[in-house]
Amino acid sequence: MTVRLTLRVTPDAPLEAEMICPDRLAGLSAAEISHLPLWHGKDKVPLGDFFAVSGADGSDLQVEGDLDRVKLLGAGMGSGRLRIVGSAGMHVAAGMRGGEVQVDGDVGEWAGAEMRGGRLVIRGHAGAHLGAAYAGSPLGMRGGEIIVHGDAGPQAGRGMRRGLIAAGGRCAAFAGARLLAGTIVALGGLGPRAGAGMRRGTIVSMGPTPILPTFAFGCVYRPPFLPLYLRHLRALGLPVADVHLTGRYARWSGDGVDLRRGEILIWQAAG
Amino acid sequence: MRLHGAEVVDTFAEAFPMWGARVTITAATAGWAIEAARSMTGFATSVIGCKCEAGIERELAPGETPDGRPGVSALLFAMNVEGVTKRLIERVGQSVLTCPTTACFNGLQAERTVDVGGRLSYFGDGYQASKLLAGRRYWRVPVMEGEFLVEELFGVVEGVGGGNLIIQGEDDASTRAAAEAAARAMRGVAGVVLPFPGGIVRSGSKVGSRYAGLIASTNDAHCPTLRGLVTRTEVPSGISSVLEIVLDGLTLQAVEEAMRRGVEAAARHGARYLTAGNYEGKLGRYQIWLRRLLPDASREA
Repeated sequence: MTVRLTLRVTPDAPLEAEMICPDRLAGLSAAEISHLPLWHGKDKVPLGDFFAVSGADGSDLQVEGDLDRVKLLGAGMGSGRLRIVGSAGMHVAAGMRGGEVQVDGDVGEWAGAEMRGGRLVIRGHAGAHLGAAYAGSPLGMRGGEIIVHGDAGPQAGRGMRRGLIAAGGRCAAFAGARLLAGTIVALGGLGPRAGAGMRRGTIVSMGPTPILPTFAFGCVYRPPFLPLYLRHLRALGLPVADVHLTGRYARWSGDGVDLRRGEILIWQAAG
Repeated sequence: MRLHGAEVVDTFAEAFPMWGARVTITAATAGWAIEAARSMTGFATSVIGCKCEAGIERELAPGETPDGRPGVSALLFAMNVEGVTKRLIERVGQSVLTCPTTACFNGLQAERTVDVGGRLSYFGDGYQASKLLAGRRYWRVPVMEGEFLVEELFGVVEGVGGGNLIIQGEDDASTRAAAEAAARAMRGVAGVVLPFPGGIVRSGSKVGSRYAGLIASTNDAHCPTLRGLVTRTEVPSGISSVLEIVLDGLTLQAVEEAMRRGVEAAARHGARYLTAGNYEGKLGRYQIWLRRLLPDASREA
């Protein structure tokens, strides 16, 4: 059974809602859910002050309303399914460990930050720091998948160490900065300084891609692992074209200021 | 018992547990995938002299493979998990990694797995890299042509080895026709391979020999030319040629189904007698009775 939370009072300060996770709400009655604590600015408030609750005892959770000021939805969740109807604020699914989060609209900054598992699907655009490491933290995302159907803001995947980020649109500046491992795919291209400081891992671009001078060109070839990833992304609804599956990619190794075992693969149009 | 004019001997094939794995080889073209598969499964007729038994299971359409390219699935069997692991590493390393355009994936989901790709990745001499997607790890090994992609873990299961069918005919041509028809029919069963050349053995063996150190020798009881010499013969009057089909399978059910199809096809295509080889039940775990492979009406005949 799906538990539904509908925002009925728009918060006038940020509402920190890390309690709103399917696994934290599993097994609770509507009344118990209503009494869970949230932080409204500096005040601790019961969830029921802001959300109408219907349903109970389910592993599926749906949240709807004007959620732009609601932060940390799905943060740290380990299982179950969370659907956010519309757009959401910052830190959606940060530190997520398992399960699936689907956002019908856009998300603010830090979505999927330092996540370790599960899948985050964003039908709209993502703000800055998608799947990234928080300031002072050595590692960003460590596992799981983030699928953005639109664009991703600056510093997507910064400090990432395994996992997959894929954007149907463009990834803005510094995508994959300090990338340690994992894969970033940008069907709409990359902004400047992609892969700055990367040590290992893969950034794939099907669109225009400025390359840092500290990267070295290798060759143009067909990476055999790439069709596995692209077929997977196509099955998840991203617009992967047949020419991407069969095409050739220019390989740039870098970043030369560090280990240089990372790569940026740029799709080459035929002819 | 009679089936389509052939006499089916009321006996059983004695088979053994053998560990098996399935390898999916893809390539830029079906031709290159087959080249790699043939090389990988070559010289793998019997564990006695080849350390493993292997064969091509079937060709795969692009839609059936992990990377959407044409492919081939091959099965490999050995007496234990360690044997399967070593042979896979050797054969994928020498015959698939070396073949242009190929990639190699695990084709068998199993509880038990062995590391093949990880061991082969060392060929990359430090330049190899891995990718983890949907819980499966793949190794990328830089090679002169570009890159070799191989999955890290391959599933292994305890299957069945040594299933067999012995086809006896009036002359070499008709016996061969019956055996070829049987082999064609048996290859259509998923999870089964026929490891001998063309799937058919012209020189079935028995355990032991008069010569010290020889662990197997010609199955003289089934040699038509020795019918007048040996004290015990399994060759009926009127039979001048005998061929054997040996098969290995990932499951007992697959082996039984393949043998059922083989019996049917051989009987339809000119076999005079159909029988099977066994050690009186003293060695193998499995007994595949020929009577259980026949349609009900034939069992009464």
